Amino acid sequence: MRRLGAGWWFVAPAVTIIGLFFFVPVVAALALSLTDFDIYALADLGNLRFVGLSNYRELLANPLFWHALGNTVYFVVLGVPLSIAASLGAALLLDSRLARFKAFFRTALFAPVVTTLVAMAVIWRYLLHARYGLINYALSGIGVSPIDWLGDPRWAMPAIILFAVWKNFGYNMIIFMAGLQTIPEDLYEAARIDGASALRRFWHVTLPGLAPTIVVVSLLTITGYLQLFAEPYVMTQGGPAQSTVSVLYFMYEQGFKWWSLGTASAVAFLLFGLMLAVTVVQMVIARRSQVL
Amino acid sequence: MKRDRKPWWPALAVNGLLAVIAILALFPLFWMVSVSFMRPGEADSFPPPLLPSAPSLTAYKDLFAHQGMGRDFANSLVLATAATLLSLTFNVAAGYAFAKLRFAGRERMFQLLLGALVIPGQVAMIPLFLMLKPLGLVNNFGGVLIPAAAGVFGIFLVRQYALSIPDELLEAARVDGAGEFRIFRSIVLPVLSPIMVTLATFTFLASWNDFMWPLIVLSNDHLYTLPVALASLSREHAQDSELMMAGAVVTVAPVLLLFVVLQRYYIRGLLAGSVKG
Repeated sequence: MRRLGAGWWFVAPAVTIIGLFFFVPVVAALALSLTDFDIYALADLGNLRFVGLSNYRELLANPLFWHALGNTVYFVVLGVPLSIAASLGAALLLDSRLARFKAFFRTALFAPVVTTLVAMAVIWRYLLHARYGLINYALSGIGVSPIDWLGDPRWAMPAIILFAVWKNFGYNMIIFMAGLQTIPEDLYEAARIDGASALRRFWHVTLPGLAPTIVVVSLLTITGYLQLFAEPYVMTQGGPAQSTVSVLYFMYEQGFKWWSLGTASAVAFLLFGLMLAVTVVQMVIARRSQVL
Repeated sequence: MKRDRKPWWPALAVNGLLAVIAILALFPLFWMVSVSFMRPGEADSFPPPLLPSAPSLTAYKDLFAHQGMGRDFANSLVLATAATLLSLTFNVAAGYAFAKLRFAGRERMFQLLLGALVIPGQVAMIPLFLMLKPLGLVNNFGGVLIPAAAGVFGIFLVRQYALSIPDELLEAARVDGAGEFRIFRSIVLPVLSPIMVTLATFTFLASWNDFMWPLIVLSNDHLYTLPVALASLSREHAQDSELMMAGAVVTVAPVLLLFVVLQRYYIRGLLAGSVKG
């Protein structure tokens, strides 16, 4: 009996905080998304009205919302495979028996992950500068004429993707390295005895062995990348021509620039719905193909 | 003497590629430091200089004397330290109880908490802002700290580690008549200390690097954390490369240093977190 009580005392503070400051707000966000909460309601709650689903209806009719969604999907569809490929490549190199100075390389490749996103975005804005940027300078060395990375609507998002890959690849690299450790050495040995080339060993031993890791990594990366915010906030402020407005950037502007908190809550829920859908679809595919 | 028949080029290719990737990963950091020591305007030339012609502290002096970066640094340090202490206080106790103490509803509650991991934090931000406003916690460090005080990830991290504590150890102490809180303090905490270092490192870095929530809660620039101050600075002083780079150095140097010292613990936490899927 005494232990029954003790357990509660241990979890109560943490669970209360999470309940009060996470679960309650999440439910409140759903309620808020059904109201016209705006700057007038902020001043006086008497101005608050229940509007049903009209926030959602208006959002789905708002071209800027679709634009933000399209930009975010673009970022995910291009950014996630590139990030995962970079992570996997780096992990394979580091895992190789031929690699020297592994501890140093691992730390070096992981360093961008722990750095402050805002500070790195500031640096990359200069690296990507159309006139003084080192990236254009390097490209001019191979005969590419200067690109106005962050000033050209066609290039702004690819530039942000490039930055995101640089910033994040080390994270999944570490997870892949742990995944590679779980593949039994005798499988490689057997493949080698059968005369399989390095490429075939990668295709028939490494990739199937890593399949569960790839599922987890892609799930984490997709849901993470759907939350794109600080990069456009610092590097482009959503521009040029709104080409880098992400869903969260749109939510932030709706909520904390225009104080349309009802609409902003609806945006948050649509993003949550999208993340949930992606997660469920991935899980179903993984189960079907018996990866998990 | 036997001749080494292994070809030399695969080793060269692997290490060469690794070196190239390492240079790509570290170059922006190197360049940040280099530009931060340039004289005003020096970085804005073509081709871009790699090293300062004459190292200068002008940008740093400007940052601390005129831009209030010292205050921002103190704010970040206070907030990250407080977040770390709070997270240790609440998450360690809860994680241990979810692993080792029996109580009604334990499994169901833990499942519910894990389920929360699929909900993005931004969903809660707007109502939380509205809840904190009447409490006077908007534009206040308390408001920044509240969501960081306890978290599902922290509880999960500690629980996974605490599962390995042998029950006999706890039972023996109970037979000796020790109370649950004394057992926690004198037996459990020492065993959990490695994972506490992991949790502390994680919380400190996450709090230090956090951007969106402090940006929403803090409107007075006297309370800005480094990332918020840097973002605001970059919107006003975008042309001032040297100043911006010095600001980036001040923001990043502490976390990079902390990571290099504690990376073993940090990577353990990262791997534990990836298993959650």
